[in-house]
Amino acid sequence: MYRKEKSIQIKNSASALYNNLGVLRIAPRRLTCFTAVHANVVNMVSASWDGLNYSHRQLQSKEPNVATSTSLIMQAAFCALPSRDLLVVTSQKGIQMYESDGSTMVYWHALDTPETNTGQGMFARGISAVCESFICVGVSTGAILVFDVPSKGSNITLADVIEGHKESITDMASECCGGEVCVADLVSADDGGNLCVWKAGEEFSLLNHIPGFDISCSSVKLWKGTAVAGYGTGQIRLYEAVTGILHAEVNAHARWIYSLDVAPFSGLLLSAAEDSLVRVWLLSMSPESHSVEIGHLHNECVTDTQICGAKFCDSDGYAFAVTGYDLSEIIRYTQS
Amino acid sequence: MSLRTLPLVFINLGGEMLYILDQRLQALNTSEDNSEKVMTDIVGAMFSKDFMDELLKPQQLYSHRTLKTVLTRLAHTSIMRLSQASMDKLYELMVMAFKYQVFLCPRPKDLLLVTYNHIDTIREFVQHTPVVVNQVDETHRKVIEVYSSLPEGEFQLLRQTLLIFLQDLHVRVSLFLKNKVQNPNGRFALLSSGPVPPGIDVPGLIRMFDRKGREVRRGEFPTGGSYTSPIREGCFELHGDRVIRLGMNIYSRNHPEETYISKPPSVKQKDDAPNLLAKEELNLLARLMGSMKAEDMAETETGFRINLFMTDGEEGGTGTSGGAEQSSFEVINIQAIQDEQAATQLARIAGQFTEGDKLPESLSTNKGADLLALMDDL
Repeated sequence: MYRKEKSIQIKNSASALYNNLGVLRIAPRRLTCFTAVHANVVNMVSASWDGLNYSHRQLQSKEPNVATSTSLIMQAAFCALPSRDLLVVTSQKGIQMYESDGSTMVYWHALDTPETNTGQGMFARGISAVCESFICVGVSTGAILVFDVPSKGSNITLADVIEGHKESITDMASECCGGEVCVADLVSADDGGNLCVWKAGEEFSLLNHIPGFDISCSSVKLWKGTAVAGYGTGQIRLYEAVTGILHAEVNAHARWIYSLDVAPFSGLLLSAAEDSLVRVWLLSMSPESHSVEIGHLHNECVTDTQICGAKFCDSDGYAFAVTGYDLSEIIRYTQS
Repeated sequence: MSLRTLPLVFINLGGEMLYILDQRLQALNTSEDNSEKVMTDIVGAMFSKDFMDELLKPQQLYSHRTLKTVLTRLAHTSIMRLSQASMDKLYELMVMAFKYQVFLCPRPKDLLLVTYNHIDTIREFVQHTPVVVNQVDETHRKVIEVYSSLPEGEFQLLRQTLLIFLQDLHVRVSLFLKNKVQNPNGRFALLSSGPVPPGIDVPGLIRMFDRKGREVRRGEFPTGGSYTSPIREGCFELHGDRVIRLGMNIYSRNHPEETYISKPPSVKQKDDAPNLLAKEELNLLARLMGSMKAEDMAETETGFRINLFMTDGEEGGTGTSGGAEQSSFEVINIQAIQDEQAATQLARIAGQFTEGDKLPESLSTNKGADLLALMDDL
């Protein structure tokens, strides 16, 4: 179903972090941008569609005016808003936002240092663009920061801090469904496996809370009102976001899931785990039962590699890319 | 990232160090007395209350440079003296063994079982010295107390922190190559077969539910692997069957030649932490050295020198490309002479700290700069 293409070499190997691959498809310029985090650096590479040009860039985590320890980056992700695309980088020190080519930093938000010295340092993790103009970022305390992003310029402001989680945020995902009432705009996941479902707006409101089973939900996606969640047990669960009804449960992987992605137009789902496997599934809405179904399509094994990022390169799922711990390349697959 | 890595790092790396030292001491026909004294002295220093208390404070993981300096000092609390070259190779071996254990750990919290495997064997090494056995037990209890209640998500963060620390190290270890746990390119083998970890279901099943929660359909999918049910979970108490074998002593006393290492071709090594980090690292170093039982290095009775890896010149099997092969694996940028100076300097500072007193928050800038200069590659 898919065949392996020529890999893209990156300057450093990818670190073992959840959802460690960012992809942005820029059709007008016929290129795709990829990002992979290595410790305190984001490796960016822009690949032209004809396979002839690759340009690399590295972004360092920054902590202005604070010359202390290196700050490890937890995640880097592209946020595609209707008016602009931004690259958001979250670290132990704070949140940086760049123009999507990584050329200019347009915003920096420092995280507060915690009062209590817990076993986990403070960090930000979990990034999602939401609706017209929001970018949401999760924090290790469980809080979610909501940033208001103007259509251009650097006048980005922290609009809200929403509390719904008590444990560290792991991942967030959104889906924009127009102005329908009671349709979920954002789902957030935490280290206890809990999911929160939100409606965006001037004030974000909590639509539902789906409890976990003390196992991290490391990756979550939203598709047609379904929260697709991947867990440390290797399971994938499909929940109807607003009601919390469990529609399907898959014993998908033998180890911790690190990354999920959905191709919205086709309903293809990608799951990748520490067991070295990437699996492709098909989500479909059953018209009779109005519930989502899942079927398995394809497996790819990346030998001896614990995969940390897997994403489709386009909304149909025609191609996808994969990163692995200690791997200095982005592996690509296209439908054959 | 996790602030609880240091105790596990030291116990596991220290444990590997002791395994290798033990094997080499036997292989070199060292006297029973000397061997036992070496092991007991090092274990005594490593598991001393002060040292462990320092490690157990929540703090971040620093660079290989710091760890190697402290581990060298630990090794030198015994009457044994290691050559710089030996220490370098020893460190590479220790780190690769630890990387193998962290990488292949079935579940993040099994890192504790790996740690307990090390502690169990260390206890055997010093079993004839009850005082030190007590220290080991005390430390073990403290570790159980601190780590047992950590949720799995935090363990995974701890593991991810360790994996970043161990990233890009692909030194080939002949014992691993021989056992096929490591490939010729330096990467560890990951099998898609065997038992799944406890708590995980064997992959392959899809279940669908109706709106009332009743299962309406189930199906199977091809997993591309051959997984089996989990075996029992290991014991997380002070004593017990750990079940997993990672962290056990793999160095057979009968085949000492199996511990040689070779560097992989053209591995680009990122330079270690920038100088900005140095001040905090030096603070940590000072605290750790200060809390170590400082044997008087200068006038030990009959310290004996040991060259652990006799094959210093001939590095074994693969890749003897001589001059062309750069030291592509830069664990630490300290020259031999400066290392001794640094250790002595730090030992002097260590001597200034009386037990139990609060250590000065930071060294004065001047002293910090001196130490920094000593530790830097010129």
